[in-house]
Amino acid sequence: MNAIDWRRAIRIGLVLGVAVLIASVIGMVQTFDERDMIEDILTLGQLLLFAPAVYAGYSAAGKSEERRVAAPPLLAGLLAGLLTGVPAVLLVGLAGWWTTIRDYFVNVSPQLIDILTFGRGALQGSLMLLAVMAVLGLIGAAIHLIPARVRRPLVNATLITLIFSLFSDVPLNIANQFLPRDIVRRFFPTKGVTQLAAVIVFALSLAIALWWEFSGRTRRQQRMATITAEQRRRNSLIVLAVSAVLLLVLPSILGTFLTNVMTQVGTFILMALGLNIVVGFAGLLDLGYVAFFAVGAYVTALLTSTGDLGLGINFWIAMPIGVLAAVFFGIFLGIPVLRLRGDYLAIVTLGFGEIIRVLVRSDLLKPIIGGAQGILDVGRPSIGPLTLVTPQHYYYLLLAACLLALFVSWRLRDGRAGRQWMAVREDEDVAEAVGINLVGTKLLAFAIGAGFAGLSGAIFGSRVGSVFPNSFELLISINVLAIIIVGGVGSLPGVILGAFVLVGLPELLREFVEFRLLIYGILLIVMMLVRPEGLWPSAVRRREMHADEESPPSVAELEAPRHEATQPMV
Amino acid sequence: MTLSQRLRDIDWIDVWLWIFRILIIVGVVIGIVRKLFFGAGTAYGVDDWLDFFISGLSQGGLYALIALGYTMVYGVLFMINFAHGEFFMSGGMAATYLVASTLAATGFMNEQPIIYLVLVMVFSVLTSMSVSLLTERIAYRPLRRAPRLVPLITAIGASFFWQYIFRGFFGSAVKAFPVPTILEGRVNVLGLDFLKVRLMVIIVSIVALIALYLFVQKTKTGKSIRAVAEDKDVAALMGIDVDRAIATTFAVGAMMAGIAAVLWGLVFKQVIFSMGFVPGIKAFTAAVLGGIGSIPGAALGGFFLGVIEAVGPPLILEGLGAPGAHQLKDVTAFLLLVLVLIFRPQGIIGERLAEKKA
Repeated sequence: MNAIDWRRAIRIGLVLGVAVLIASVIGMVQTFDERDMIEDILTLGQLLLFAPAVYAGYSAAGKSEERRVAAPPLLAGLLAGLLTGVPAVLLVGLAGWWTTIRDYFVNVSPQLIDILTFGRGALQGSLMLLAVMAVLGLIGAAIHLIPARVRRPLVNATLITLIFSLFSDVPLNIANQFLPRDIVRRFFPTKGVTQLAAVIVFALSLAIALWWEFSGRTRRQQRMATITAEQRRRNSLIVLAVSAVLLLVLPSILGTFLTNVMTQVGTFILMALGLNIVVGFAGLLDLGYVAFFAVGAYVTALLTSTGDLGLGINFWIAMPIGVLAAVFFGIFLGIPVLRLRGDYLAIVTLGFGEIIRVLVRSDLLKPIIGGAQGILDVGRPSIGPLTLVTPQHYYYLLLAACLLALFVSWRLRDGRAGRQWMAVREDEDVAEAVGINLVGTKLLAFAIGAGFAGLSGAIFGSRVGSVFPNSFELLISINVLAIIIVGGVGSLPGVILGAFVLVGLPELLREFVEFRLLIYGILLIVMMLVRPEGLWPSAVRRREMHADEESPPSVAELEAPRHEATQPMV
Repeated sequence: MTLSQRLRDIDWIDVWLWIFRILIIVGVVIGIVRKLFFGAGTAYGVDDWLDFFISGLSQGGLYALIALGYTMVYGVLFMINFAHGEFFMSGGMAATYLVASTLAATGFMNEQPIIYLVLVMVFSVLTSMSVSLLTERIAYRPLRRAPRLVPLITAIGASFFWQYIFRGFFGSAVKAFPVPTILEGRVNVLGLDFLKVRLMVIIVSIVALIALYLFVQKTKTGKSIRAVAEDKDVAALMGIDVDRAIATTFAVGAMMAGIAAVLWGLVFKQVIFSMGFVPGIKAFTAAVLGGIGSIPGAALGGFFLGVIEAVGPPLILEGLGAPGAHQLKDVTAFLLLVLVLIFRPQGIIGERLAEKKA
């Protein structure tokens, strides 16, 4: 007998309902509602409102795969969906009764109430909202009734269509490069996609997913089983060559806007690769990392600027000096803090970062680095007669820098230095006992990390053309940290993926910039709770993080003193 | 031993640290001497210095109240609760927007100023406590046995989450905190001239600190908190509900933060969603100054930091001839944090526990 856990259904419904309520009260639903996803059908705000109901219904109906009587799970889904709507309806009622609510909660506007009630007035609209939520919960529950082999392609195709319409800027900009404007307009209105485009994408992805489900996967497995080592090597060479060509021609495919986004991502990849060495390889949590970025940017800007404060030196001479300054600064800061462990190190570096931030703004250093006015007219690099100006040019410069950093990180990780770092990360005392020079090892990590950040800063200053204190907030440090955590600490592909997810995607959703940090916060918490090893973890960490799931912890482990868990590891 | 051998035996990091120490001390001494004996910068009279001192003391009281949350949580969990500044902010924001501004608009504030202050404070404390309990339940409790930096990262996440949730609730504008008219102006106590608000902050924070100390030392719940701080596993064997004791710790720390938020509003007369960050870091500095984990230490560290921050820039930095010394107030605090952590991680007056736990 498949008993339905009614209490669970109620809890899921209410928790998601409260989430919907909060998203409404903080203005997320309303702001997102201005963004179309599929023309005339779905806005992002509606997705935010309705997706929780579907999910509530889906998870309330239970995870079990086996066939069973349809009625109770469907009822549970209905109930959960209905409950998801209840807090929002209460908000509608409250707003109707308490007319001055907007003086307190600025985002509870008439427009929000209109969205929640489909513009039909409080009573009728509320009933409609409840009905819609209940039906969506029912649909969510009904997903379980579809046979698994059809369900998976269907769900995947839906998700792909949603993602495609959310990030429609990417296909839009690429299409603009190659197709006449009136054809592009037929698929992409200013924001989101047209119904036609949505149908095409859905049909295509559904067809591919179905093919994969029914024959593709088995065929691939057969091929993988028969493939020889030599063929495999050749395949990976082909993949490598194709991606190299792709990287080179990317700016002309993407167009100016997307290339600009790519340069932004590149700046952060470079920094994240540096922090990855400090945090990921050597296990030293550095929260003041932005200081090195600032040093690189300021030194290069001061040397190359043609303004009042600058010296007007050639960029190619100034950039290495900027990087060296950052490295020197890393060592200078590194020496006193290296004896600290774990969270104390984090706080000291945070303090250093804040000191730098206050200092660059202060009157004390204003004659040298310009205070809040910053440095203008930063010099641009030139190769022969060509001066780098456009995003495309900087794309290639950043690509070269990122590849260099990637190569250095990769070789160092697998070399002697990398093994020393990891030994220090796992246990300082043991590492010292086996003859590793702790100070030298840690300083090397600090210096190289600082060098990457300095390089990134040097290019950043030149790309933007000016350097202001505002560009070096603590937020940058947190941002970079979030990149390597979400991507996977210590994993090189993870770092790159993290930069695309956390810098690239938000750039495409510029209109929601006020919710960016909120989403960052949620992401950091959820990642740590659900997937602490990151999206694309290195093989070692994946094993470490899930080691205890495979075998239950022994009594000795459970009773071990808490100080065992003190290794400075993220 | 030959000279070259001796040179090789020197620990160069120690040399570097000693140079660092000497530079700092020389700088401080030169600054003070130039200020006091050669009159560098603006000339201040005795009254001015007393003013600096008193405002530093009241600022320190606020730091002390917030620092308690850091120190107590660190005491039981060995974790820097990065989101504690946000517990402080949430109480202040919610109380100002939902209670204080309403009561001020209806005129109740000046009719019954004491009831007004109590109501605002109770609301602030309740908000801070709910925010902290929610954070503990969702972001920290599931990670009890994770490596130590994992909860630190969720704490950073929680900090951003709450900042932007409250920004979403109430908007990003600066909101004026209504101060009752009886608290305006100055009052003369024991021959010293106080701003009334400052005096009230000093008194309330000292009373709250003593109450907290008694709570932790004398009550049964306080005893369970201390037991959990000593050893969680043994405490559990003795029949103490560890989760409950930890939650209580968070709630009590948030309570102090909620009180501090209202006092902060009274002093600075405004609140904003980002107000939690800098006081949070400074209060953490105070906790470290006093030796993290120790409650009297956090209180003393708070007052010490407040006074240094108020007196230090005019005394030392102006003496050194730095322009715009008031801008460098935050630098003083952070520099103090860095120096203490590097040279004396057990805190100025603290017990020697930092070595094994840090």
